[in-house]
Amino acid sequence: MTAPGITHVRSTSALLYLSGVSVSFDGFRALNNLSLLIEPGEMRAIIGPNGAGKTTMMDVITGKTRPDSGEVVFDGAADLTKLDEANIATLGIGRKFQKPTVFENHTVRDNLLLALAGMRSWYRLLTAVPSKAENDRLEEILSIIRMGPQQHMLGARLSHGQKQWLEIGMLLAQNPKLMLVDEPVAGMTDVETETTAQVLREVNKSHSVVVVEHDMSFVRALGVKVTVLHEGSTLAEGSLDQVSADPRVVEVYLGR
Amino acid sequence: MVTRFLWQGMTRNLRLFVLLVLAVGILVPLSNLLLPADSAFRMPSWAVQLVGKYLCYASLALAVDLVWGFCGILTLGHAAFFALGGYCMGMYLMRQIGTRGVYGNPVLPDFMVFLNYKELPWFWHGFDSFWFAAPMIVLVPSVLALALGWFAFRSRVTGVYLSIITQAMTFALLLAFFRNDMGLGGNNGMTDFKDILGYSVQSDTTRAVLCFVSALALAIFLVISAAIVGSRFGKALTAVRDAESRMRFLGYRVERYKLFVFVLSAAMAGVAGALYVPQVGIINPSEFSPGNSIEAVLWVAVGGRGTLIGPVIGAFIVNFGKTWLTGALPEVWLFALGALFIVVTLLLPKGVVGLWNQFVNRSRERRARAAA
Repeated sequence: MTAPGITHVRSTSALLYLSGVSVSFDGFRALNNLSLLIEPGEMRAIIGPNGAGKTTMMDVITGKTRPDSGEVVFDGAADLTKLDEANIATLGIGRKFQKPTVFENHTVRDNLLLALAGMRSWYRLLTAVPSKAENDRLEEILSIIRMGPQQHMLGARLSHGQKQWLEIGMLLAQNPKLMLVDEPVAGMTDVETETTAQVLREVNKSHSVVVVEHDMSFVRALGVKVTVLHEGSTLAEGSLDQVSADPRVVEVYLGR
Repeated sequence: MVTRFLWQGMTRNLRLFVLLVLAVGILVPLSNLLLPADSAFRMPSWAVQLVGKYLCYASLALAVDLVWGFCGILTLGHAAFFALGGYCMGMYLMRQIGTRGVYGNPVLPDFMVFLNYKELPWFWHGFDSFWFAAPMIVLVPSVLALALGWFAFRSRVTGVYLSIITQAMTFALLLAFFRNDMGLGGNNGMTDFKDILGYSVQSDTTRAVLCFVSALALAIFLVISAAIVGSRFGKALTAVRDAESRMRFLGYRVERYKLFVFVLSAAMAGVAGALYVPQVGIINPSEFSPGNSIEAVLWVAVGGRGTLIGPVIGAFIVNFGKTWLTGALPEVWLFALGALFIVVTLLLPKGVVGLWNQFVNRSRERRARAAA
């Protein structure tokens, strides 16, 4: 039996494989023959000026936008261009949006408990108490996102930075194979930005991550392979030092 | 497992409150029955009836709060479920009259004889037995709620659109039940009840027992609601209220959560309505009027939305005010109701219980500061 959307496409060892993906909106090419390869366990930072196609790329991977052409393959077998958002989420791609939405009237711990993979059946939840395994997992996530001391605080009382970390924790709780994180440090202080980089490095020990971000000091703190997007396609790829030495990247970012 | 489930939501405050409800349900009728007529502590019969009525209203308010306060579904049609439960009880009580009716027909209730019915309509069969009527009291409102909720929640109808649909539902039922050929008494409804389970509905003892049963029902509903709200299901439920689409992204089947509480709440409203009818002695289509449902929402708002104690307190406060004002200054009541709506929305967003909590927290902080 094959799950819906799993058809025979190019088999690849990569966790995420984009090839020749193009998307146009009213004649504007948001993505132009974009190719990208994420290996299992990898963390990748995607940078690029405004309008480079970063968010559109995320939309294509999560099924929100259908590409006009090209291949998007997840985990070597699933053709993401044929699946909808819910199916893609079930396959194991979790996305953190720019604007944090945590449950304001629930404590940090309950937020994570709700997000925890597994229990979704309404009648079983009526009598369920968190199991030992679930509690252990909650403790683990709380320590990764450094919010153990705040675990009984209500979501509404968290600072902007804490909400972002809780979001990352909730994403982690769903245990996706691939985490897409969209501009996690927008609006954060320098200290918070530094902590976020540490949190994501910690997350990367067990999960593959794709981070989209503008903030260069944050990308430097992540210390991972960087992909520079420009006008909907890959301009350069490599370590941050390599790409920032690339004259084409300098030109795109600083102008002539 | 059932006891553990029922016990999980019982906080200390709620345990006390449930005991208080039961105490009212026992002491008020007992004082009426046992104390001598000239005792200062004796509750007159009309007061027992009034308390019994308020207890039914409180159950309805709790039912509204379960869907509105904890799941964010602003229902403006819950009085319809209350009335349907009431009609099921009314049908049973009508069949108990037998030959004692004005026309003395052993099978057909008076209004059917009057309207030239030749035989009992099919849906009246079985209602001569209490043990048929009792499950119907729960089933009829539940099935309607299930049908409405199934379509509405599956199509993701939310917010004000859902409120309008529930309001339209109760209005449609109002119009339907007004028709004589519905076979349910038309605009006069059903009245002149004689017996319930062989005991006269007029007697003080029956009234006392009905008052107690209403309190018992409210206490049971409080325990069930507390268990649901305090469970992990309850956490998911309030999360649906606060951020529905986020719950969908987390993989929850939001519509199933909503449907479960909606149906349960309709069943609770039905039982409340069924206990209400023998105490007031009449059921007619005006119980379906949209204003009734809106009033029930107001009770919850006054008492404290999203708390379990709030709706009970709200139902008692507003209805006591209504009883008093419609007696003293009848023309003022509707204005008072409107004013109450505005005052609660502007000044008491969390109702009386919210105000109380705020007061308690503040004085606790002050004491903590004084101690430090």
